[in-house]
Amino acid sequence: MQLRSIVALLDCEVISGHELLGAEVPSCFAADLMSDVLAFSAPDSLLITGLTSVQSVHTAHVADCRGILFVSGKRPSAEAIQLARDNAIPLLATSHSMADSCGILLQHGLPPASKA
Amino acid sequence: MKPPNPANRPGGDEIKDEVLYSETFRIVGNDFEHGGEVATRVKAILKQLGFPTDTIRRLSIANFEAEMNVIMYADEGTLELAVLPNAVRVTVSDRGHGIPDIEWAMQEGHSTATPEMRARGFGAGLGLPNIRRNSDEFNIESTVGVGTILRYVVCANVTAGS
Repeated sequence: MQLRSIVALLDCEVISGHELLGAEVPSCFAADLMSDVLAFSAPDSLLITGLTSVQSVHTAHVADCRGILFVSGKRPSAEAIQLARDNAIPLLATSHSMADSCGILLQHGLPPASKA
Repeated sequence: MKPPNPANRPGGDEIKDEVLYSETFRIVGNDFEHGGEVATRVKAILKQLGFPTDTIRRLSIANFEAEMNVIMYADEGTLELAVLPNAVRVTVSDRGHGIPDIEWAMQEGHSTATPEMRARGFGAGLGLPNIRRNSDEFNIESTVGVGTILRYVVCANVTAGS
């Protein structure tokens, strides 16, 4: 699923990475615990999280996530946005909760990415 | 020391312990603001050297967990990177409390993290097991009241730079 489709489905604000919305994500992984992302996510997935610190972007970077979706109306810090720009990681934000976001994406064909 | 140009490096698997590139990174305890920067810098170096994507991912995950462990539990530490022709060797040494029971700490879900650490997305008790899971060789030594030394190696299926 293209990131731009996710933007439409979840009525997202594109915080950064407008030029990267054509990227395909094969799956998503939702967690607020970054250790879970590092331990159990598959590469190339969309990270869905409510953690807005710079560590969420570092985690997405080292785990090869293709983008981050911040849920429940949360917005990342300025440092996190800059780091995402530096590493070409698009940042999206939605007012939907984590559970609702996962449900909507799954309903439209984006599977979970867990390799656990 | 700058990373060598892969085209100018000797290749082959016969001299596995030949260090092609090394660098030491300092990690400051409780410095959450910069947590992850060392792992990000090392990832950029390995990409530049042409290591396979999967090798870089496994090493980056191990490095990030090790870096956050120093930030969360130690006063200070270093991450020493040694790039070999077909593997990467990392030594993370810290000065701090040490780990009283390594066997306990190596089990998933076992953690002494504070609520602040958990609020930052870490401290779930997955760090050390995750480093071991992503490594091909793993060793840990710790002395209570002195500190901890982690050594791990991630092997590449393809020779770096090839």
